[in-house]
Amino acid sequence: MDYVHNLINWSDELSTLKMNAKPLHSETGIIFKIKKYALHDGPGIRTTIFLKGCPMVCWWCHNPEGQQRSPQNMPIEGTNHCREEIIGCQASVEQVLAEIEKDVIFYDDSGGGVTFSGGEPLMQAAFLKTLLVKCRQRDIHTAVDTTGYAPTPIMIDTLQPADLILFDLKIMDANDHQRYTGVTNTLIFENLEHLIAMDKRIRIRFPLIPGITDRDANIHRLAKYICRFDGLREIDLLPYHHNADAKYNRLNIPNRLKELQPPSKALVQTVKERFEHYELRVNIGG
Amino acid sequence: MNQRIQRLRQRSIEAQERISAERALLVTEFYASGIAQQESIPVQRALAFKYILSHKAIYIDQDELIVGERGPAPKATPTYPEVCIHSERDLEIASTREKVPFAVDVKTKAVYRDRIIPFWQGKTIREKIFAHMTPEWKAAYEAGIFTEFQEQRAPGHTAAGGNIYRKGFDDFRLEIESARQALDYFSDPEALDKQEELQAMTIAADALISYAQRHADKLSEMAAESKDPERRAELEQMAHICQRVPAQAPQTFWEALQYYWFVHVGVITELNPWDSFNPGRLDQHLYPFYRNEIEAGTLTPERARELLQAFWVKFNNHPAPPKTGVTLKESNTYVDFALINLGGVTRGNLDAVNALTYLILDVVEEMRLLQPSSMVQLSKKNPDRYIKRALKIVKTGFGQPSIFNTDAIVQELVRQGKSVEDAREGGASGCVESGAFGREAYFLTGYFNLPKILEITLNNGQDPRTGKMIGVLTDAAEKFETYDQLFEAFCVQLQHFVDIKIRGNNVIERINAKYMPVPFLSLLIEDCIANGKDYNAGGARYNTSYIQGVGLGTITDCLAALKYHVFDHQTLTMPAMLAALAKDFNGVKDLRARLMHDTPKYGNDDDYADEVAQAVFEAYYNAVNGRANMRGGLHRINLLPTTCHVYFGSVTGALPDGRRAGRPVSEGISPVQGADRNGPTAVTKSAAKIDHIRTGGTLLNQKFIPQVLADDTGISKLAHLVRSYFKMDGHHIQFNVVNYKELRRAQQRPEEYRDLIVRVAGYSDYFVDLTRELQEEIIERTAHEQF
Repeated sequence: MDYVHNLINWSDELSTLKMNAKPLHSETGIIFKIKKYALHDGPGIRTTIFLKGCPMVCWWCHNPEGQQRSPQNMPIEGTNHCREEIIGCQASVEQVLAEIEKDVIFYDDSGGGVTFSGGEPLMQAAFLKTLLVKCRQRDIHTAVDTTGYAPTPIMIDTLQPADLILFDLKIMDANDHQRYTGVTNTLIFENLEHLIAMDKRIRIRFPLIPGITDRDANIHRLAKYICRFDGLREIDLLPYHHNADAKYNRLNIPNRLKELQPPSKALVQTVKERFEHYELRVNIGG
Repeated sequence: MNQRIQRLRQRSIEAQERISAERALLVTEFYASGIAQQESIPVQRALAFKYILSHKAIYIDQDELIVGERGPAPKATPTYPEVCIHSERDLEIASTREKVPFAVDVKTKAVYRDRIIPFWQGKTIREKIFAHMTPEWKAAYEAGIFTEFQEQRAPGHTAAGGNIYRKGFDDFRLEIESARQALDYFSDPEALDKQEELQAMTIAADALISYAQRHADKLSEMAAESKDPERRAELEQMAHICQRVPAQAPQTFWEALQYYWFVHVGVITELNPWDSFNPGRLDQHLYPFYRNEIEAGTLTPERARELLQAFWVKFNNHPAPPKTGVTLKESNTYVDFALINLGGVTRGNLDAVNALTYLILDVVEEMRLLQPSSMVQLSKKNPDRYIKRALKIVKTGFGQPSIFNTDAIVQELVRQGKSVEDAREGGASGCVESGAFGREAYFLTGYFNLPKILEITLNNGQDPRTGKMIGVLTDAAEKFETYDQLFEAFCVQLQHFVDIKIRGNNVIERINAKYMPVPFLSLLIEDCIANGKDYNAGGARYNTSYIQGVGLGTITDCLAALKYHVFDHQTLTMPAMLAALAKDFNGVKDLRARLMHDTPKYGNDDDYADEVAQAVFEAYYNAVNGRANMRGGLHRINLLPTTCHVYFGSVTGALPDGRRAGRPVSEGISPVQGADRNGPTAVTKSAAKIDHIRTGGTLLNQKFIPQVLADDTGISKLAHLVRSYFKMDGHHIQFNVVNYKELRRAQQRPEEYRDLIVRVAGYSDYFVDLTRELQEEIIERTAHEQF
């Protein structure tokens, strides 16, 4: 069976596969999930490729299995932690492209395409760039879902061939940003401004985390900042959810927001209206 | 919905399904009297029809706008003893079974015991059929290799065309007369038979006209008694309508609906064939009346809506006649499969969606009734807002409407030799079956258990459940050295059983043609009058026989598992596999896990498995397609299960895909429950790898959690998914939009979920009315979700 194809059946099959620790380069990378019929990662029907590894550790991360760069073991749900699967596998550009191309008919009809997410896809910049270039050659629409936290020259070079950037903006206050994500936000703003200067199509994504990102001051600063740029008129509001709780347990890593209540409908609406006040178009859930 | 419709709807929902002896008694009286003994069989049948319609009770609800009941009251369901008698024990079971029961009162039981059973014993079509079947046929039938549709029900599977909206029965009588005058007594050996059939048609036409007149009389009486002036005027108008139709062609929207309904009651009183009867392309047929009257100011959209809603209630009042035995297992539901078609293209190949299409969709959404079933035909020519409107109803979670690909249906029908115009005026009826509406007699003859064929193959012709040798010797499974040898043996067994089935079909077709003509139905389907031939005898313009394949997903996964593990990778020996199957995987948990999880599965856009599906499809197609039937037509395949995948599963042992003995097999062309893990795009791609155009219909079920369709973007993306599937020539797709948790709750507290309707297979049903196995099966179907 096709190895990468198996990856989408990621719950069981990886457990039997052995990893070879080959060096990472532009022709291979480590991915941990391929999601088809992805509806919230850009326009139309999309395939989302999740690249492993992230420089940040956000408290609300809903893909904690994507943080570590290398493949890792994770017990299988419902087996009392006695069977494990390996999260992440090495895949070649050709293998990933073959999976992407399978759904071309759906992209064509719906105006969709492929989204590279993570983790932070820029952690595997060379691999990502090859994929973006090859998708462009095949006329497949590409989006990259990024934290924006990457060395600027690498980011500029890598994202050049991307059609759309889904750029996360979380917290405006530098100290809070450091506290909740593990890194400062200066580089993130710089990078965003570089992308704007490159005339990239950008959609801002904002995780709505009660008590952390939803403070008035944060929202107003963020909205004002966005409004400085003519190209940024749209924002995706991503409400916090508990869908990743099981994965935190299985990975045995601390889930700091375990007790946090997801935002109420009313809160989502309020925050939406706040952004709309700045004449931003708000999509809930992306 | 106004109060009157609410009352009608509520009464229809609350009416208890019960068996009525009225029709059985009338038909028994008629034949026992001997009054028609000297007549030919078609004339006898027509006179019996006339006798029933002249003597049955006329039921008119105080709120009704459309009149005519098959029985003496809503859901009072007749039986058809000339086709199949219900024994006292059958009645007892029917009235006490947990699912799909029919109440039977003491008086009814006595009438069956004293009058109906003694008279019909030994004279029924069912008995004739079994008497004429070979031992091989009976062995295969009993093993659960196939079912037989005609053992308890008359052949049907047809839908009304547009002729009844242009012609009254008086016009049909003139056509009959000219056909009679054209009979060639000098060189046509069938001239006399045709004369008798035409005479029978005339009697049947007269019978329905007088039946309508009886309603007119009763309505006039009710009008005279009515104290409410508004209702009185309405009753007078209804009396007037019943005097005009069906004798004359309808002139108004209301007349058109009432005309169709009389015709419907006629068909289901004559014999209630499979899938009752069907208005077919309702928005197309009614639109000229609607448009003219709206323009003339004699009808408002609100009134049209109310009339349609009253029409909807009539379908819901008519459960499928009570079934027993295997027929009950293969079609375990009250639904009688009248499937209203909307949209599609016109005879001239233009976008057929009109204002009435949207109005009818409103009615579907508002009425939320089990019957009639509804579907939207989607052509590439139809606008997006139309499919989105339909999906917004799908989102409400009662499984309707289902969605069909007009462009595929037209190709299918044209490939079968229909004219392109007839194909465009066709659609899908029953569950998913393509037909040239108003012009084709397309008989479904029975389901065919594809996974069981593999079980027989692996046991060298023997059925391991009974130890009986029912197949052919194709060699012990251990002897196959290559996958190709195994597949070849599978094809040999398949051909063997298809041959048995087709031979049986052809004998049964002759029995029905000879002994059970349907002169009334024949009036309605073109060219029966011109040919002077009965619907059951090949009188229609097109005559097709289908064998419905079941379990494509299961058989594919089984063969793929054998190919992958035993032959290609040799990680498992054939004896080890056979041993595991023999003990139903007891004690070999790891092996079963490997078969279930480390094996290519159909439904994941994985060519390894999907190529097996293609090969199975071709083998089944080659075995069936193009074989002659006895009505001048051919056998074809389609792939749909109703509830037969549960029955077939119950007679099939453990299978190489890891499925345990007795569990349901997969349904339609859907993947094995839970085997599809890559989402709906992968499912539709796998499903589209078989050639739908060479079938007469395929059925694909998909389950979504409601959140996926929460907003307009979700709806719009689902519309794109459907369009893409149809671009790949997929025939049909339907959606269940329900939460897993809600279904579990409904199992625990059925009383609170009486009204929960879910999609089963080609139709929707009350969840709590489904058997436990079927409930579990629906829950196990993969739900596509999205975080």
